[in-house]
Amino acid sequence: MVSLPAADLSGARKTQPASTGFLVRFFVWFGDLGLFCSHLLRAVFLPPYEFREFAHQLDELGSKSLPLVALAGAATGVVLSLETHDSLVSFGAKSLLPELLVLSVVKESGPIITGLIVSGRVAAGIGAELGAMKVTEQIDAMEASAVDPYKYLVATRVLACVLMLPLLTLAADFCGIFLGWITTTLTDPISLRLFIEHGFKEATFNDFLPPTFKTAVFGLIIGVVACFQGMRAQGGTEGVERAATSAVVISSLFIILADVLLVRLIQVLFP
Amino acid sequence: MTAPMKTKADAAIQVKTLRKAFGEQRVLNGIDLEVARGETLSVLGRSGTGKSVLLKLIIGLQQPDSGSIRVHGQEITKLTRQQLNEIRKTMGFLFQNSALYDSLTVEQNVAFPLERAGGLSNAERNKRVRELLATVGMEKDLDKLPGQISGGMQKRVGLARALALSPDIVLFDEPTTGLDPITASEIDALILKMQKETNLTSIVVTHDLPSARTVSDRLALMRDGEILIEGSFKDLQASKDEFVVQFLSRDS
Repeated sequence: MVSLPAADLSGARKTQPASTGFLVRFFVWFGDLGLFCSHLLRAVFLPPYEFREFAHQLDELGSKSLPLVALAGAATGVVLSLETHDSLVSFGAKSLLPELLVLSVVKESGPIITGLIVSGRVAAGIGAELGAMKVTEQIDAMEASAVDPYKYLVATRVLACVLMLPLLTLAADFCGIFLGWITTTLTDPISLRLFIEHGFKEATFNDFLPPTFKTAVFGLIIGVVACFQGMRAQGGTEGVERAATSAVVISSLFIILADVLLVRLIQVLFP
Repeated sequence: MTAPMKTKADAAIQVKTLRKAFGEQRVLNGIDLEVARGETLSVLGRSGTGKSVLLKLIIGLQQPDSGSIRVHGQEITKLTRQQLNEIRKTMGFLFQNSALYDSLTVEQNVAFPLERAGGLSNAERNKRVRELLATVGMEKDLDKLPGQISGGMQKRVGLARALALSPDIVLFDEPTTGLDPITASEIDALILKMQKETNLTSIVVTHDLPSARTVSDRLALMRDGEILIEGSFKDLQASKDEFVVQFLSRDS
C-alpha cells in the first residue's frame, strides 16, 4: 500500500485567506475530505484496533441516542396515525391504515427521522469534542506520543455511527408502529396482533431491509463529516462552535441528498 | 566564544536551513541548530517568533517548507507516518498548556502512550504509571480529571506522560509559563532531575530566563525566525547586540 506523507494530512490545511473565492474553498474542502477518507480507510483496516474505545463509542453514540430516537419515532407514528385516519375514513379505506402506517414508517419516516435526529445529537457532539481536542492540542499530543488519532478518535466514531444507525432505526420503527397502533386503537379499537397482521400483509423484505440498511450510509456521513469538521477546527472557542455547527449542517444536508439517491437506487435494485 | 559542544557524531538533533511560513507570514527563516546527546538547549525569544513551531517541526507535527531535520541521524521530513511514529517513541513532548486528555483521569493520561506502545503486562504498566507519577509527585491524584487539578499539577502530569515511553529526547514547550515562581522552580528541579537520571537530550522553549539558566547547557536566542545568537549565558551577556542586551536586562 502506498504510504502517505506523515504530517499535514489531518485535514487541517491552514485556513484559506478570506479573499479566496467560494468555489476554491469548496474544492479545497472536498480535496481535504478525500485525503481524510484515505487516511481513515488505512486506520480502519490496518492493525492495531482500538476495541475498547470502539465499545465506548457504541455506547456513547448509540445507546445514549436511543431515548431521543425512540421518542421521535413514536411521535412520527402518532402523527401519521392522526393525519391519515380522517383522510382514509373519508375515502372509505380505513382498513388500509395499518398498512399505510407500517410502510411509511419502515420505508421512509423511520430511517430519515433517525438520520436527522442522530445527526443533530451525535454530529454536534463529535464536532465539538474533536474540535476542542484539536484547539487544545490534545490531538497533537496524541500524535506526539506515536498514537494515530485517526485510529483512536476517528475510526472508532465512524464505525460506531455506521453500526448504530440501522439499530437505532429499528428502534424508531418499532416505537413508530407501536405508538401508531395505540393512537389508532384509541379511536377505532383494533388488537395489536390484527394491526401488525394487516400492516405487514403486503410488506416484503424489500420494503424493510434496504431502507433500514441505507441508514448505515447516513451513519457513515454523520461519522465522517463530524470527525472531519472536528479535526480541522482551529481558533479557540469560536473554532469549536464552528466545527460543531458545520458538522450538523453539512451532515444533515448530505443525509437528505443521500436519501433521495438511495431511495431511487433501492427502487431500481429492489423493485 | 561559545560553550563547549560535543562532536557532530553525537548530535541527537540537527536542524539545517529550516524554513516555515503560514501564508504570507514567515515564521522560521532558515534556522540552523544542533543539540548533542545528553545536552539541554534553551531556545529563547519573544512571543510569536516561531519557537513552538520549531518544536512541532522537530517532532513531525508540522511539515517544513524547506530544510532538513535529523533526529538520531535520521531525516524525519520524508518519513511515512509509521516510520515517524517509531522515531516519536524515542521522543517526549511537554505541551505549553499540558494538553492532557480531558476525558481521561491522571492515571489514564500517563498510561495512554504505554497502552498503545504495547510490550507491558497490565501489572507492569500500572507499576510504571505509578512510578512516573511518583517521580513528579502526583501519585495521590490518580483518579482526578485534568479539570480538577491546578495548572502546575497538569504540567507535572504532562511531564510524566512525556516521559512514559522512556524517551531519549524531550521537547519542552514553555514548561514554566503561567506558573507561580515556586511551582516554576519545582518544574525546573524536576527537569534537572530527569536529565541527571536518564541523560536526556532536551530542547526547552521558554521566555523564562531564570528557568533557562537553571536547566540548560546552552542557550539560543531567536529573532525574526532566525537564531540571533547561541552559546552559554555568559556568551549572551557578553553580546553588545541591542536586542540581546534588552532581552537579558529584564532578568538582571
